[in-house]
Amino acid sequence: MFHRESGVFKTSYAADMALYPLPIARWAVAVVAALFIVVVPLFCSDYPISILNLILIAVVGALGLNILVGYTGQISIGTGAFMSVGAYTAANLVTRVGAPFWVALPAGGLMAALVGAVVGIPSLRIKGIYLAIATLAAQLIIEWTINHVQWISGGVQASVQIPRPSVFGVQLTSERQIYCFLMFFVVLALVATLNLVRSRIGRAFIAIRDQDIAAEIIGINIFKYKLYAFAISSFFAGVTGVLESYYLGIANYEQFQIDVSIDYLAMVIIGGLGSVLGSVLGAIFVTLLPIATRLFLESFGGIFFSSANLLNVIPNLRLVIFGGLIIFFLVVEPEGLNRLWRNIRNYFRVWPFSY
Amino acid sequence: MKKLARNMLTLAGVAAGLAYAGSAMADDKVLLLGVQCDRTGATQIVGTVLCPAMQDYFRLVNSKGGIDGWTVKGDEIDNGYKVPEAIEAYERQKQMGALIMTLYGTPQTVALNQRLEQDKMPTTSPGFGISAAADGTRFPYLFPGAATYWSQAAGAVSFAKDQLGGDLKGKKIAYVYYDNPAGKEPMPILETLQKQEGFDMRTFAVPPPGVELGAQIIDITQRYHPDFIIMHLFGRSPSVAIKGLKGAGFPLKKVLGLVWASAEADIIAAGGWATAEGYNTLQFAGAGDDYPVRAEIKAMYKKDGKDPPKEMDDTVVYNRGLLQAAIQVQGLTNALKISGGQKPTTEQVKAGMEQIKDFTLGGLVPPLQITATDHEGGGWVQIFGVHDGKFAKETEWFHAYRDVVENAVKTAE
Repeated sequence: MFHRESGVFKTSYAADMALYPLPIARWAVAVVAALFIVVVPLFCSDYPISILNLILIAVVGALGLNILVGYTGQISIGTGAFMSVGAYTAANLVTRVGAPFWVALPAGGLMAALVGAVVGIPSLRIKGIYLAIATLAAQLIIEWTINHVQWISGGVQASVQIPRPSVFGVQLTSERQIYCFLMFFVVLALVATLNLVRSRIGRAFIAIRDQDIAAEIIGINIFKYKLYAFAISSFFAGVTGVLESYYLGIANYEQFQIDVSIDYLAMVIIGGLGSVLGSVLGAIFVTLLPIATRLFLESFGGIFFSSANLLNVIPNLRLVIFGGLIIFFLVVEPEGLNRLWRNIRNYFRVWPFSY
Repeated sequence: MKKLARNMLTLAGVAAGLAYAGSAMADDKVLLLGVQCDRTGATQIVGTVLCPAMQDYFRLVNSKGGIDGWTVKGDEIDNGYKVPEAIEAYERQKQMGALIMTLYGTPQTVALNQRLEQDKMPTTSPGFGISAAADGTRFPYLFPGAATYWSQAAGAVSFAKDQLGGDLKGKKIAYVYYDNPAGKEPMPILETLQKQEGFDMRTFAVPPPGVELGAQIIDITQRYHPDFIIMHLFGRSPSVAIKGLKGAGFPLKKVLGLVWASAEADIIAAGGWATAEGYNTLQFAGAGDDYPVRAEIKAMYKKDGKDPPKEMDDTVVYNRGLLQAAIQVQGLTNALKISGGQKPTTEQVKAGMEQIKDFTLGGLVPPLQITATDHEGGGWVQIFGVHDGKFAKETEWFHAYRDVVENAVKTAE
């Protein structure tokens, strides 16, 4: 119904390579972009925007992890640690030399990329679950280092305060301003990832994921590209850490522990491995679902439980529902929310006919 | 298609919940307090007792007619000891019109810290967060409301001094700590006091989760031979340490646990009251059952025809919850006086908090005196020892080495 491909003829290579070849898709993207870039900051109150801010931060991290796990097939449980590398690099730059955000942000990303590339070295020899353990080790080593090296962590508290970023001399203080700041980097990350995965590097990543021996035989330097994948993914993670620190006004190593890494892994798996839209959907799902289930329980839980028990029931039942919904969505569609969305789209493409 | 319809239904349900929750708010003559809690995360052992205690206290206040006719309502949100959820909870309670909030957890407190000033939102963080927050001029909206780790360390050294005959010169003190920022936080104070009092100190880091302490126990008791041990451990590790020290034959009356190593649960997990006989605990709220407010809560439950809740079996963490809630209610009471009976603003609540003094709740709350500059209220602690199956008072409320602590607060970055 909505997706009319007929009548769309590609007459140039550029048209063939466009990210969104169909006019309807371009319009849809434009409407969504306008909604989130113009309408939301103008009409939403602080509370929904603060939730969106959390989602935006998660989107960048999930995109980065999806490049590594989804596109290159290298599993990593070290995202939290790479985020902390970025966060502390930026925090130290800001507090010691007064670096502006446009220096601190890429610097945090680059430092994380460097550390990520080093952590990625074992990936040449070990695969799958073994690599997961190697990255787990990295997570713990980096956590320990930050906790114990006071030159990095800035004291026994292991937290460094960062003033909110200033853009053109205006310090961003309100949720709304931070939202626009974060949105800029999310759009940048989205465009970068969309283009990365259809470039020479992205195709090499996919070849390695699908069959690394075959990839090597057709002339892809596996070592180089695996390290690229780790570096790029860690760069995203580092930037996520910096954005989060700017948002919170503090870099604190307890914000980047192993549970954060697992949350991000959950995002890319639920959203859909190897898809940009999946990363976004996964980030939304994992961030929003606990909030939504709690609001739901607070509203309707009173029907089933006495109010005295409710306070104890809500948080625990919320975890049960959260876990249950993750299993539900993965059973319905093992390939994630992205595939679910594609199924819906394909259904309506020929609707009301069956094919 | 069926599958699709089902998915849509789920989404619609969630959306309806969101919409409904947004509309059910607003009531006059209600003072809203935002409470964050952790009933499901890493520190649930504390949260599942502390937060019900706060709710019980709010209920008690309301059953006695509220504050000058105003009902207090504690809106509780579980943050699961996670930072993003703490931010979401904070923003929601802010939107609901909370006048004062309870933050829960050290990383959550530091993460929210910058917002407090921006939103002018007074908050308390019971035994969490940063010791430097005692400085009301630098952290105007954060009220530790209980002895910080620095005051605890000072109190611990002072107690050790009394136990070791009034002089620490040449004595050996072991500091056993959980290897995380909170565990390391008391160290600057201990190091200063070490120089000042001339004792010898060695630190022993316990890597999380700290359930295997065999090597450290031998190191401490066989190699270092301390005269006194200060223990700053969390979770399961205090009980393991108590058991280990007992097994090594170290006299437990020469051991002092700081606030998170000092609940009933730790004693029971260590092998029971008989095993832990003599062990000393440092408290920032009175421990034990002998406080009128606890009797009042029990009477309140009895009037409803119910038994007191099982949370009340705990007298340490539960009493901390009461302290926490009581300080906030007291702050609101003062704020209502400032506002002249009108609904106070958050700024007036802050001012109300800064007027708290001579408020002890029958000895459960220390003789706090919170001022605009001292948000800690004096850093009072009390030592309770394990004697005959319960916590018995070893000292009265005291605070020690205030100059050292205040200096550290002033010079903290």
